[in-house]
Amino acid sequence: MTKYVKGATGDWEVVIGLEIHAQVLSESKLFSGSSTKYGAEPNTQVSFVCSAMPGMLPVINEECIRQAVRTGLAMGCKINLRSVFDRKNYFYADLPQGYQISQFKDPIVGEGELVVDLEDGSTKTIGVERLHLEQDAGKSMHDQHPTQTYIDLNRSGVALMEIVSMPDMRSAEEAGAYFRKIRSLVRYAGTCDGNMDQGSMRADVNVSVRRPGAELGTRTETKNVNSIRYMMQVIDFETRRQIDILEDGGVIAQETRQFDPASGTTSSLRSKEEAHDYRYFPDPDLLPLTFAQEFVDDLAKSLPELPDAKKERLITELGISAYNAGVLVAEKESADYFEDLLEALTHKTGNDKKSLASQAANWVIGDLFGALKKASKSVTESPVSIKDGAELLSLQVDGTISGRIAKDVFEIMLETGQNPEKIVEEKGLKQVSDSGAIEAIIDQVIADNADKVVQYRGGKDKLFGFFVGQVMKLTGGKANPQVVNDLLRPKLDA
Amino acid sequence: MTQDLTKLTLAAARDGLTKGDFTSRELTQQYLSAMENGREMNSFIVETADIALHMADKADEMIAAGNATGMTGIPIAVKDLFCTKDVHSCAASHILNGFKPKYESTVTANLWHDGAVMLGKTNMDEFAMGSSNETSFYGPVKNPWRALDDKGVLDTKDYVPGGSSGGSVAAVAADMAMAATGTDTGGSIRQPAAFTGLVGMKPTYGRCSRWGMIAFASSLDQAGPITKTVRDAAIMMESMASYDVKDSTSVERIVPNYEHALTGDIRGMKIGIPKEYRMDGMPMEIEKLWQDAIGWMKAAGAEIIDISLPHTKYALPTYYIVAPAEASSNLARYDGVKYGLRVEGDSLDGMYKNTRAEGFGDEVKRRILIGTYVLSAGYYDAYYLKAQKIRTLIAQDFAKAYAQVDVILTPTAPSAAFAMGEKSDDPIAMYLNDIFTVPASLAGLPAISVPAGLSKNAMPLGLHLIGRAFDEETLLRAAHVLEHAAGFTAKPKVWWGEKS
Repeated sequence: MTKYVKGATGDWEVVIGLEIHAQVLSESKLFSGSSTKYGAEPNTQVSFVCSAMPGMLPVINEECIRQAVRTGLAMGCKINLRSVFDRKNYFYADLPQGYQISQFKDPIVGEGELVVDLEDGSTKTIGVERLHLEQDAGKSMHDQHPTQTYIDLNRSGVALMEIVSMPDMRSAEEAGAYFRKIRSLVRYAGTCDGNMDQGSMRADVNVSVRRPGAELGTRTETKNVNSIRYMMQVIDFETRRQIDILEDGGVIAQETRQFDPASGTTSSLRSKEEAHDYRYFPDPDLLPLTFAQEFVDDLAKSLPELPDAKKERLITELGISAYNAGVLVAEKESADYFEDLLEALTHKTGNDKKSLASQAANWVIGDLFGALKKASKSVTESPVSIKDGAELLSLQVDGTISGRIAKDVFEIMLETGQNPEKIVEEKGLKQVSDSGAIEAIIDQVIADNADKVVQYRGGKDKLFGFFVGQVMKLTGGKANPQVVNDLLRPKLDA
Repeated sequence: MTQDLTKLTLAAARDGLTKGDFTSRELTQQYLSAMENGREMNSFIVETADIALHMADKADEMIAAGNATGMTGIPIAVKDLFCTKDVHSCAASHILNGFKPKYESTVTANLWHDGAVMLGKTNMDEFAMGSSNETSFYGPVKNPWRALDDKGVLDTKDYVPGGSSGGSVAAVAADMAMAATGTDTGGSIRQPAAFTGLVGMKPTYGRCSRWGMIAFASSLDQAGPITKTVRDAAIMMESMASYDVKDSTSVERIVPNYEHALTGDIRGMKIGIPKEYRMDGMPMEIEKLWQDAIGWMKAAGAEIIDISLPHTKYALPTYYIVAPAEASSNLARYDGVKYGLRVEGDSLDGMYKNTRAEGFGDEVKRRILIGTYVLSAGYYDAYYLKAQKIRTLIAQDFAKAYAQVDVILTPTAPSAAFAMGEKSDDPIAMYLNDIFTVPASLAGLPAISVPAGLSKNAMPLGLHLIGRAFDEETLLRAAHVLEHAAGFTAKPKVWWGEKS
């Protein structure tokens, strides 16, 4: 169902397309042997090639080609066995060659489709137009000198994948879901680290609005948006801005815009008339890139299980709910944590994997992710190791501690990083399943609450819970709730 | 007085060095003196005497140790287009002012590895754009050859040596170097060789690495030797050629021993004569020389076959779209930011404009403008794309011809060397110099110019052989026979220095 945006004069439909730039995970640059390591001193990772010395020639880094193909396969796109590198010509101080080597007419990866999950539980199919490889530029540093700009060429020549979507998205939420899906896929495939704060992924956001069913409107392109939250702000701001202009009888200028995170607004960078004529032509220093289908097939075999397939397996083989499965597979690290935890738990308890899966999923998503979110930590930074997490769950499964106690133990684990068995041992938190001891306490509770017993026996069944609570209270929560139930009911009903 | 070693051929010098008749140091010293004596020709931009003597001593050690190759101890001149480590490498352009690379081009590294000796960097047309060596920032080069009038009196005018490898050919023709490296994009080795009575060879595109060669038009540029004889060219070619992983367009093929190809026997060889190379207005003497050559080759046992290369007439316009297009992009890196000349401005764009306005000469600017134009939105299809299609047709013409013939024989240039300044105001007339050399460049084929005769005013004329891709051996074999049949022995009359 298409969502419309209300305007003063009626409904509007927003149309969004994204160009995502993802830095290829590789040791060296696209056309030279220089390192791609992040955070090095300026101009320490620069070869004669990436500083565009006279007579220097680019040589394709095969690993970057493999990474692009892996990404294309992960997105389910067509892989082009022949592609061409072109020169995109423009002058800028941090573009040493005076052109960027990119792919224009014949990209390495062609069309495909991605299915994304939306918040209301529905899904949406979004088309991918292409993925092409290109060089990154260097960095201009305007804050190093009062009147001059310094140039750092460390990034110059680093391989980027530009992933171009079809104009298929209709809301900021859809665009966010699409971006997250791409980020998840490249991280699963190991082709991009997805670190947006280090600039490893960024997006050019194309937005236009139209009356429902009308022809596409004029679009604006907001450049270099480097977080999903900003991207969604850009879309909301541009949607509102464009609707306001059109409803006031104005026209949208086709232009390139920039986003200001401080104000959450966009502003014009250059108009269509000022746009560069890039004079693309095939780079004569590089032959067309060709490879055999076997090359692609081998790479396909080397790909790990991808999120869609993993989700399907979690649902059908492990009986996990669709919602939980979706949450677990969204990030490769989450899925890895869950699967390793389940493996350890299965091993420890000797129980069937499927019988443990839902409980484990609930704990990972509810308890662990909740705690991590509060502490602003990622799952790889979890203070609770997979081994300790599995142990905590195992203590519940074998009845050593109750779910209630498990939450307390988990709190202590988060604070101290201690092992759960040790915590339970030291604090004497072991669940009491000894029926003699529990029976004595039940008798005491019945004796102390004679009036409530009368009411219960008079038909107030709901009071059963009160008695359970009293027993748990007196045992410090350690009584095995099942045993309490089993013993309490005959005594009350007697 | 000791023997004048500078008159030797490369092959003779190699043999003399190996036999111990003289050392590379002695040979090198004689060349350094000859260079000093010939400075008014402006052949060298930089003389590297210290480096030369050091390399000569190392070569003498190689020879003594029995490790000599064909190039060991041979003093050569290097075109300024080649990057030579820590030595001026500016492509005769002001925009690379003071540039000394920290790396050595693959072609020169191959030569030094084989023991060759660098005498200096030779003058050339700026960025190899020109056919007369008049566009250099370092001034024009004078041809050692001057015309003789009817009475046998030497002209006092200066003549151009051809271009763009003008400094290289002048150095070899005036015995200031035993051989020289050149580069050829549309004829820049072959035409100047023809203008100075030398052998100039452009190998198949991909035979020599372009790594470290300052780029003009990447899909056309090739390095090659400029020598006194075909045998010398064969020896030097073998040293220059190599497959290079650093150049994606270089081709992985074994480099044969080219000298072994010079058997003197071309019996049964099929030589094609393309009818489209009979140009209106071409001087009779060139037409006659061509006809003579056909007779010589026939007499040597070759079979002459008339062929057609129907797209030849489109080659020159195609070349003058493709080469400037690539050049406009290749020369974008000269922006004042990283190396070479910087002329400050009030903004980044201002600095670009000032630097490029002052750093590039008129011919380079002209080609950047043409190249930018033909790649522009709205013109790309009509110019660049169409030129690429015609380029394919031209290559197909040759492929069809080589189903019938082994080599193709044509004149090298439509005229002999002309007087300095004669064509420098007429770009079209200048571009016509390349009319016979450009088709082989567009098709990536090996070709060689062989000195074959003199014009009526005693200026050298060359003939041109074009071979199959990567069949330099057949090409050299035919050139060697042509050279001997022509029997060209003339030398320029010395007008420079202390006239000896």
